[in-house]
Amino acid sequence: MLQPSPSGAGRGTFASYITGFVLAVALTLIAFILVMSKALSFAGTTVAIFSAAVVQVVVHLHYFLHLDTSSTERWNVMALLFTGTVLFILVGGSLWIMFNLHDRTMLF
Amino acid sequence: MLETDLIGRLRLSSIPYQSGIVMGATAFMILVIVIVLGSITWYRKWGYLYREWLTTLDHKKIGIMYVIVALVMLLRGFADAVMMRSQQALAFGSARGYLPPQHYDQIFSSHGTIMILFMAMPFLTGLMNVAVPLQIGARDVAFPFMNALSLWLTAISAMLIMISLPIGDFSRAGWSGYPPLSELRYSPTVGVDYWIWALELTGIGSLMTGINFLTTILRMRAPGMTLMRMPMFVWTTACTNILMILAFPVLTIALALLALDRYLGTHFFTAGMGGNLMLYVNLFWMWGHPEVYIVILPAFGVYSEIVPTFAGKPLFGYTSMVYATCAITLISFTVWLHHFFTMGAGPDVNAIFGLATMIIGIPTGVKIFNWLFTMFRGRIVFPTPMLWTLGFIITFTIGGASGVMLALPPANYVLHNSLFVIAHFHNVLIPGTLFGMFAGYTYWFPKALGFRLDERWGVRAFWAWLLGFYFAFMPLYVLGFMGMPRRMEHYTNPAWRPWLEIAAFGVLLILAGIGCQVTQLLVSIRDRAKNIDASGDPWDGRTLEWTVSSPAPVYNFARIPHVHTRDAFSHQKEKGLVHHRPDGFHDIKIPRNTPLAFAVGMLAFGFGFGMVWHIWWLAAITFLLTLVCLIVRGSSDDVEDIVSGAEVERIEKARYRELSAIGADDQSRYAHHQPAHV
Amino acid sequence: MSMSASELQHYLFAPHPEEEEATANASFGFWIYLMSDCILFASLFATFVTLSRSYAGGPTSQEIIHLGHTLEETLVLLCSSVTCGFAMLAMYRRQLRRVLGWLAVTFVLGLTFISLELQEFLSLVAAGHGPTHSGFLSAFFTLVATHGTHVTVGLLWMLVMMAQIAVKGLSEPVQSRLIRFSMFWHFLDIVWVGVFTVVYLNGVL
Repeated sequence: MLQPSPSGAGRGTFASYITGFVLAVALTLIAFILVMSKALSFAGTTVAIFSAAVVQVVVHLHYFLHLDTSSTERWNVMALLFTGTVLFILVGGSLWIMFNLHDRTMLF
Repeated sequence: MLETDLIGRLRLSSIPYQSGIVMGATAFMILVIVIVLGSITWYRKWGYLYREWLTTLDHKKIGIMYVIVALVMLLRGFADAVMMRSQQALAFGSARGYLPPQHYDQIFSSHGTIMILFMAMPFLTGLMNVAVPLQIGARDVAFPFMNALSLWLTAISAMLIMISLPIGDFSRAGWSGYPPLSELRYSPTVGVDYWIWALELTGIGSLMTGINFLTTILRMRAPGMTLMRMPMFVWTTACTNILMILAFPVLTIALALLALDRYLGTHFFTAGMGGNLMLYVNLFWMWGHPEVYIVILPAFGVYSEIVPTFAGKPLFGYTSMVYATCAITLISFTVWLHHFFTMGAGPDVNAIFGLATMIIGIPTGVKIFNWLFTMFRGRIVFPTPMLWTLGFIITFTIGGASGVMLALPPANYVLHNSLFVIAHFHNVLIPGTLFGMFAGYTYWFPKALGFRLDERWGVRAFWAWLLGFYFAFMPLYVLGFMGMPRRMEHYTNPAWRPWLEIAAFGVLLILAGIGCQVTQLLVSIRDRAKNIDASGDPWDGRTLEWTVSSPAPVYNFARIPHVHTRDAFSHQKEKGLVHHRPDGFHDIKIPRNTPLAFAVGMLAFGFGFGMVWHIWWLAAITFLLTLVCLIVRGSSDDVEDIVSGAEVERIEKARYRELSAIGADDQSRYAHHQPAHV
Repeated sequence: MSMSASELQHYLFAPHPEEEEATANASFGFWIYLMSDCILFASLFATFVTLSRSYAGGPTSQEIIHLGHTLEETLVLLCSSVTCGFAMLAMYRRQLRRVLGWLAVTFVLGLTFISLELQEFLSLVAAGHGPTHSGFLSAFFTLVATHGTHVTVGLLWMLVMMAQIAVKGLSEPVQSRLIRFSMFWHFLDIVWVGVFTVVYLNGVL
């Protein structure tokens, strides 16, 4: 028999998977409907779909990957937060640089 | 007939028979291979080689093999350096030297690629393998099979680079491979493809090493070894691993996109059709900058082991060292644009990255001061590892200062692409990384092989290297200020000439240094009986790796130690508990040898070669067979052997007899030890 | 030191047998690999956004995207994530047949996702909008196909796992691998959230 909750792999319940599924579907539909119906402005839609995406990622992380603040998940969360930070720097930095270069050189 | 395709696009004319230099180098390579393979056959060692080395999953042996790869590639990369320096000393005015531009370009490209990825990376990975599991009181790394895979992927990638010499050519686009030069249109030959696949395959190896060692360090430390009790080399290894994990994927993508452009005709970096050349530069350096911190942090870790050991004091400012290392790790992701200040970004972008670049010098400065304060009021001895360290502290500081100069965008506009940049990075890489690797090599050699390296030849090597370095690279700062660009195979400015001649003299001194190191190794092997490390503790060390025999038994520790302070061995020495006998021995599980890692390595070589030469069937078959090997391994449950308690007892009792015989049990000889009581 | 002999033993040596942490170590190592994969995809996302307007006279993103199709793919993949979760629940209850059953459903859903994606690619190529026609198309195909390749690897992994379960049952190593597989599968769904948002939804705006 597997030891209870080996560190690094939390466990879900039927209820948690269903909750996660419902939330994820809802967030997906909201995003798609907003875009397809053009209900909001360009800026509003953009903010809405990216926010929905971020929230949905958190839903997946918690309900499907069982991340939480418990001590068994702590290192995983820290690794994720550090990766997220680096990701933000690399992607954000890249976009800032590339758009800056584009504005100034108009080459590409 | 020469121009008919044999397999893929490989033809007889792919062998560069017109170049005497290449053919000579090839002949030399073949000679060495024949001697090595011949010796193994003559001494009937094929079975031994297969059983003990090719199929091993033991981190201690994997570490040794990594260092062998590094040392061999050091010789190859250095041959490139000698050729560049001699060419530049000769090729003035009407004299053209002996290297045409098309050849020279391949040499500087292979020099950089080899030194960073096939010398520095394997060297530091080798030291990590040799030292870290022992330092944390573990029996092996977390994923021994993956460890072997990493080794073989690195080794065969080096082989891909080496085979580009006789078969085909190498990239002419520098170690950084910028498009459009590296695109198919301007580099239609196989050279860039060799470069791409060698880097992609070794990159997978490095990524796996990062995952492996980070997991090992975070999850397999001996009980009682909290993070703040780990040896500093383990801290720097952990941070290096984080850099490997988060930076190498970017290189994988940058090169994959270039490969897609070359193989499928996509337009990521082409000039036109929506391609963006600057995007490559951005992606490459997003990896490239963390990469240079990957190569320097382990060296800093080595110095942090050596200085306390040979000053006889705990490391000064351990906590600040940890914070400095972590700061360097994080900030190294924020500076990459300083490699292309001149590409056209605005002053706001340049200023932010310039600022970050200057800030990252501060934690390094903290480390330098901590090493100095560790030495202050210590009882310092000066064996070779300490000499390398002192050479580092003085010389690296100059290189760091020139880096801060380059961090200023306006100064960078003047100095970009000049020899000043070359001088700067060699000024940090050689005294920083390379001296650190040499120091670590000398320091842990006894632990890995059971006997010490010859001290006299080590001292000679050090002085030759140190003086050679100054003569070879200080003139390059002057030349940079005088406006000489990098990567030139011929020049006409007479003012540059004397400086290049001094630099060539420097490289000859370094050659002498390397000669001393080769001699040192041969002499040490010849005299190994005299220099045996019988106690396992040749340097009166402070950390756990020195508690076991040299070389360590296959299971590392008969009983995993219980740790109570930093400098765990010093603590035992202080308390008079050195080599205390455990009350019982028991069965120990060790990973079983397997040929699968070596097999995947060979298949990967075939895959790389097939992709380079468009031998699609070879690439497809080797890829599929690799999958098969990995699935077989991933379906195997019975992968461990057991060393019986009786066998462990026999080995340990033999060791205790040896220790008693040489008086290593005598607690009074260690009473001067003072660990940090944390 | 004024410790008794047995206190000294305990002071110096860890207790034996040593704790077996293979599954937990493997899960953690795999999580770290997933972090590296985040960066891999991040580089592709950065590339895509940089090249997102590099149409080179070819089709724009609005012209090649069909949101209905994307929504189908998204829901299929999301369902497969949940069925994968059900397989894991069955694994913890040691219900071997249910594990195989839910994995088979997950496999079918994953295969559906891939075939929907291939359909999209093939129709684009047939219309002359393949990856070699502009920087934008190169980036679009590469980002989406890298995710699709990961999913395909997942499908292969699933087949191997189903074979292992059938042959060896739910042994400790098999369970350990299933845990890692499920982490992989959920991670791919997370990346897909990024893909459909940045490439498809944003591409239509």
